[in-house]
Amino acid sequence: MLLIHCPYCDDTLPELEFAYAGEAHIARPADPSKLSDEEWRDFLFIRTNVKGVHAERWRHIHGCGRFFNALRDTVSDRFLTTYKAGEARPDVQTLEAAE
Amino acid sequence: MNAPVTNFDAVTVTVLPPVARFNLRIAPADLAVASKALDLSLPTRIGQGSQQGDRAAYCIGPDEWLLHAAEEEQQAIAAAFDKVRTETPHSLVVISDREVTIGISGPAAVDLLSVACPLDLSRIPVGGAKRTVFDYAQVTLIRDGEDAFRLEVWRSYVPHVQGLLDVATRELAAGL
Ligand SMILES: [Zn+2]
Repeated sequence: MLLIHCPYCDDTLPELEFAYAGEAHIARPADPSKLSDEEWRDFLFIRTNVKGVHAERWRHIHGCGRFFNALRDTVSDRFLTTYKAGEARPDVQTLEAAE
Repeated sequence: MNAPVTNFDAVTVTVLPPVARFNLRIAPADLAVASKALDLSLPTRIGQGSQQGDRAAYCIGPDEWLLHAAEEEQQAIAAAFDKVRTETPHSLVVISDREVTIGISGPAAVDLLSVACPLDLSRIPVGGAKRTVFDYAQVTLIRDGEDAFRLEVWRSYVPHVQGLLDVATRELAAGL
């Protein structure tokens, strides 16, 4: 079973307590009525679907209840780091240098 | 419902009597106000608990606490929080009847919980609590001693959780 570090609980806990919640850092447009149909479609449905390091949302649903973000390698399924909602996406190079 | 569910020498599973139970959401900066209203200092770290007499508080989220008290104190505690509501916004929800508490104690308590609880139970401190899952049911797991636990289970999940505990207890008793 995957172990996931919750940045709010500051604890590494079993995957069963968590729920995946899609790609991270997708901001809702401030004024949707100004968008073209294509732009609105892109906001709603078009995702990067990366092979490699992916920034994604998770929710510690059966724990503290909070949403947070994670960097996960979609090839190895390894979590590189997790960070609180609202924080900037950490730089992968900096993370690897720190290891 | 208060009769022992199952027991053998190494573990006892019992449905415990009801308590007054609250869910409190409040800004951590206002914690002192809540501690004063409950007359018990609330823990600050997720997973920690504090107890005094019948009253207990467990931190289960960044701004969320589970509070316990004797059943007859429910009105008084709700009134104490009501008094500070205008100055200190918070939410206090009475959840006394939402959950049923199942006590699990004995040398095999950890083995029994491990049947359906994915947490590393050795890392839960005595006196602490955690919201987690038991099979697919969300529960709050409270640790009262090295081998004494309480499971707070939403009422509708109780038959499922009890059924699992019952089967697992019989398996443990049979040495499986
Ligand atoms: Zn958490």
